[in-house]
Amino acid sequence: MKKEKKMTLTLPVEELVGSGNLACQGCGANLAMRYVLKALGLRTVLCIPACCWAVIDGAFPHSCMSVPIYHCAFETAASTATGVKAGLEMVGDRETTVVAWAGDGGTFDIGLQALSGAAERNDDILYVCYDNEAYMNTGIQRSSATPTGAWTTTTPVKFPKDRPKKDIDAIMAAHYIPYLATASTSYPEDVVKKTKKAKSIKGTRFLHIYAPCPTGWKSRPEDAVKLGRMVVQNCIFPLYEVEHGEKYTLTMKIKDKKPIDDYLKLQGRFRHLKPEQIKLMQEEVDHNWARLLKKCEAT
Amino acid sequence: MKPKKEIKKVVFQSAEEMPTMPMSIGNMLWNKTGSWRNIRPEIRLEDCIQCGICWKFCPDMSIEIEAEWPVVNYDYCKGCGICAEECPAKCILMVEERK
Repeated sequence: MKKEKKMTLTLPVEELVGSGNLACQGCGANLAMRYVLKALGLRTVLCIPACCWAVIDGAFPHSCMSVPIYHCAFETAASTATGVKAGLEMVGDRETTVVAWAGDGGTFDIGLQALSGAAERNDDILYVCYDNEAYMNTGIQRSSATPTGAWTTTTPVKFPKDRPKKDIDAIMAAHYIPYLATASTSYPEDVVKKTKKAKSIKGTRFLHIYAPCPTGWKSRPEDAVKLGRMVVQNCIFPLYEVEHGEKYTLTMKIKDKKPIDDYLKLQGRFRHLKPEQIKLMQEEVDHNWARLLKKCEAT
Repeated sequence: MKPKKEIKKVVFQSAEEMPTMPMSIGNMLWNKTGSWRNIRPEIRLEDCIQCGICWKFCPDMSIEIEAEWPVVNYDYCKGCGICAEECPAKCILMVEERK
């Protein structure tokens, strides 16, 4: 072997998610969990409602994780985490981070009421939503996180989804929670940085992580990381953080914004789209991006 | 190096052996996900620039760093090909799995 170069690793080395888990090939949710746990460390409790991660971690009595998991009902991720945190405080443990880890269905649709309640009470939990833009675990049904025009089993090509994706970050910002951030699994250092920042803050923190799903998006598994990068570069999913619902900060500045065509072409769920539909989607993306820039400038 | 975990599948013979509350006893290492794979990554170490990107983006934690060099753990690699796609030196090749 040639040169003896020192390897510099940009992430914490400790692995808290084990091999042998049941995730699909190229799973973004798995990457998201890996990076978040690298940042949080061993003193963490996870509350997981029905979502892909309820399956990935393995069947009783096995678990691929090195941290405790509490499997809860679909709509109760945030309230279960609140209860776990209150219980830990009663026995004198104030160090442990309690994480509610839900998919986009458990956050945008079903768990929204519990999440809103926890955010309003400002309970000391970290809520992580990994967003793969449909109910992937049950077989790719439409959720309110599904983007316009995307194919799912409940929005077939003849009847595509005609409503835009719900802006969950604006909803959470409207609760004036201390910290809110969006992240993408293709920027692991960014995920780790934001998680560490969230860990150091008290109160309800919300992390929205974009997790590509090759199975549900009908894309090649090797493109999973590429898709997560493209979606940030073409401003469909900008990376920013919001403090106390007011202070917007862009954490990834985009110099030359790329058109969304390349991103759509890699995914089978957008294959049926016609050029005029893509044009409409591009306009929507531009509009949202301009609105976000205005918010960032105003603060 | 981190100590290797025990690879053992927990099987209960009777109801008395079951724990009184649902809790995890074993890990998932008995589940050798390497059998899901159609194509396998092969790292040509002579071209490797030791950037650690394959380790960073592996969703299955199956690329390990041993003595500063990446090593694929074929017991658990699912063959997604992210490492080959993301490698900046293009030193990872996906080759067809042979029985």
